Amino acid sequence: MWKNLPLFPEQASSIASQVDGLYFFLVSVSVFFTVLIFVLVFVFAVKYRTAAHPKAEHIEGSLPLELTWTLIPLGITMIFFAWGALIYFQEGRPPRGAMEIYAVGKQWMWKFEHETGQREINSLHVPLGRDVKMIMSSQDVIHSFYVPAFRIKADVLPGRFTTTWFRPTKVGTYHLFCAEYCGTEHSGMIGEVVVMEPPAYQAWLAAGGAAPTMAANGKELFSQLGCATCHRTDTQGRGPNLVGMFGRPVQLADGRSVIADENYIRESILNPQAKVTAGFQPIMPTFQGQVTEESLGALVSYLKSLSQPQQKAEVGAPQQASAGESN
Amino acid sequence: MATAVQASVERESYLNHDYSLKSWLLTRDHKRIAILYLISITAMFFVGGFFAMLIRLELLTPAGDLVSSDTYNKLFTMHGITMIFFFLIPSVPAVLGNFCIPLMVGAKDLAFPKLNLASWYIFMIGATFALVSMLWGGVDTGWTFYTPFSTTYSNTHVIGTALGIFIAGFASIFTGLNFIVTIHRMRAPGLTWTRLPLFCWSNYAASIIMVLGTPVVAITILLVALERLLHIGVFNPALGGDPLLFQHLFWFYSHPAVYIMILPGMGVISEIVACFARKRVFGYEFVALASISIAVLGFLVWAHHMFVAGISVYAALVFSLLSYFVAIPSAVKVFNWTATLYKGSIRYDTPMLYAFGFIGLFTIGGLTGVFLSSLGVDVHVTDTYFVVAHFHYVMVGGMVLAYMAGLHFWWPKITGKLYPEAWAKLSALLVFVGFNLTFFPQFILGYMGMPRRYHAYPPEFQVLNVMSTAGASVLAVGYVLPMIYFLWSLRYGEDAGPNPWNAVGLEWMTPSPPPTHNFEETPVVTWEAYDYEHQPEQQEVAVGH
Repeated sequence: MWKNLPLFPEQASSIASQVDGLYFFLVSVSVFFTVLIFVLVFVFAVKYRTAAHPKAEHIEGSLPLELTWTLIPLGITMIFFAWGALIYFQEGRPPRGAMEIYAVGKQWMWKFEHETGQREINSLHVPLGRDVKMIMSSQDVIHSFYVPAFRIKADVLPGRFTTTWFRPTKVGTYHLFCAEYCGTEHSGMIGEVVVMEPPAYQAWLAAGGAAPTMAANGKELFSQLGCATCHRTDTQGRGPNLVGMFGRPVQLADGRSVIADENYIRESILNPQAKVTAGFQPIMPTFQGQVTEESLGALVSYLKSLSQPQQKAEVGAPQQASAGESN
Repeated sequence: MATAVQASVERESYLNHDYSLKSWLLTRDHKRIAILYLISITAMFFVGGFFAMLIRLELLTPAGDLVSSDTYNKLFTMHGITMIFFFLIPSVPAVLGNFCIPLMVGAKDLAFPKLNLASWYIFMIGATFALVSMLWGGVDTGWTFYTPFSTTYSNTHVIGTALGIFIAGFASIFTGLNFIVTIHRMRAPGLTWTRLPLFCWSNYAASIIMVLGTPVVAITILLVALERLLHIGVFNPALGGDPLLFQHLFWFYSHPAVYIMILPGMGVISEIVACFARKRVFGYEFVALASISIAVLGFLVWAHHMFVAGISVYAALVFSLLSYFVAIPSAVKVFNWTATLYKGSIRYDTPMLYAFGFIGLFTIGGLTGVFLSSLGVDVHVTDTYFVVAHFHYVMVGGMVLAYMAGLHFWWPKITGKLYPEAWAKLSALLVFVGFNLTFFPQFILGYMGMPRRYHAYPPEFQVLNVMSTAGASVLAVGYVLPMIYFLWSLRYGEDAGPNPWNAVGLEWMTPSPPPTHNFEETPVVTWEAYDYEHQPEQQEVAVGH
């Protein structure tokens, strides 16, 4: 057991060195103050021991000293605060153009689906140097997606999408842990993240066979579930036209306005009455219990594809699907 | 002095005025209730310690081989629940606070003696619920009861255990209420707020949290029970609830609860540092004020437990900032204790050794808390062993050491007996060494990325885990020793006399063990707190009575 004693985790993402930088700063300041207190206590305890210093000298407090040891720590912690917040803001905002991978956590496994339709369980292949945005949800309890080598962690919740992102900077295989206690096999809900050179990643994707893309799966579902009946691509539908909707503000019937993001789409599918688009009747039925987490991911992916200019060509397709729909 | 010792042999005290079981079970004497609490929470401490021992043994090897996953999950859950709700929260307040606060303020008892007795009974009923649930098969939700796992997915005794915590919460509220009213209304003539011992200040601050915070956790537990039993959707999204709502409600109590645990411990340290440095606590007003600031700010930082839970980045920003503010008063206290030593006349009796240990370990615990307030670092280390190490440094290195310090300090007052000093010093040393060996490696494990609550772990984490388990066995010896010599001292210990440490404070001006009504006549206070400079005159006043 001794031959393998690492004391520091690998740095394998663009954020990792920043987190470690702040960590080392925190460690230095902490070591300074800990040593200061230990040395002062030790020196005072020895120097002023009863045998050497039989009579204590009466000393009142000192306002300047109190202010010193209030304000200096306060100042230092404000540096910690600002530095930590800067990193957190980066971690919280996936860069534009990041590739997207959908993750579903369930007791006790991780399911991943790439935009190209490849699926994997407890193992996640990603290309070196690309920004990867994880769009995650849980089928049951709260889990947490944690890759120590990337220094990132995000809870995965039932009933909503949460996101995180990373840019791998080093080829290798890294631990993936579930970090939020989730029941019996919590410590078995682990896996690996495999960072590959982009050509190797492409080869890996290709080796998986020609699966339909997530957007194609979503399109299929969109027609199977009858969504296209009302959500037509012209202005005649009983529901709003969804082309170009993703990522844009939606005017609601009650006067509010929300951004149509992943969670808005989820809510509109599962609880359609919650945020009705202005100008439409609240007639959509709920699809709660009819769509799995994976299907929700596929539908989101499809609706996103409707808002991407290069895929405008596909717009005609749902129209055909709706025409063929009998119900 | 000699006559005082002689007199104490046949003198009637709270311990010997009636030996019947009934006189104990129906007592309204704060000192006897403190003893009842002492026995109960000591039992709970060893129950919780037993669970900890099994956890450490399981983690000796990477594979989950000693117990099953389900058993392991129950062990850490029950360790947390027992230690937090049934040991740490009542420890200093219900035992040492109960015993000392009326004596320190020169009162005959707490303001509501019957409520105080009720508090112990309610605590026992709560503890019984929790223990019976454990014997029946236990609970596996983690002490945090996160939803929807606790409300929908766990197949263990969530309701029984939760009910135990719910009930025990009222015991805490009663104790807090009693302290607040007693400190406001029953101080001896001349004992102004600025002359009040810092132990009273810090228990007062903790009492505010007990009274204001505990109802929130009670409501939260009820909501969990409602969702679990009646499927009313509060927290489970499948029923239309919100799982993050639970975390907000839970931490709204449970973060301030860590200050319920640590504040009274800080009070103990102030008393001891002053006594064994023979000096007034440096910056008395600032230490007192720091306790109150911690109580107030402690209510405003709960969401720092949720930085990766899916809250908005702006909310996280605010809670991060406020978390730094709450760190400052703790730092102020550490600096003031250290400054108190300067030009003192320092003795190394056991309580002081524990207090030194507290200052060092609490400093490390506090500083690593600053790591966790820092958003960028917290994302990496939250829910790992870093957090486990941090809160054990505060709760064990801080609070348990403070409790041990206090027990050793007031034991002669409580029992009238002295314990064997050499053994006590050995125990302090073992606890300090064992503690560091147990928990320091966990900081490294945490930054390495080992998640908490893992039954099995990757092999590269083994060496550090073996160190931790080795430390835990040293720690266990350090805990069992005092148990033995304290019991030994009851029968064989030398008589302590009223004031073995030559300390100031009203509790030392009455015989040990104190008479049932604490003081022959109500003392009148004409001196400042920790007035070691003018101590001889004070003693004359005390002997004059």
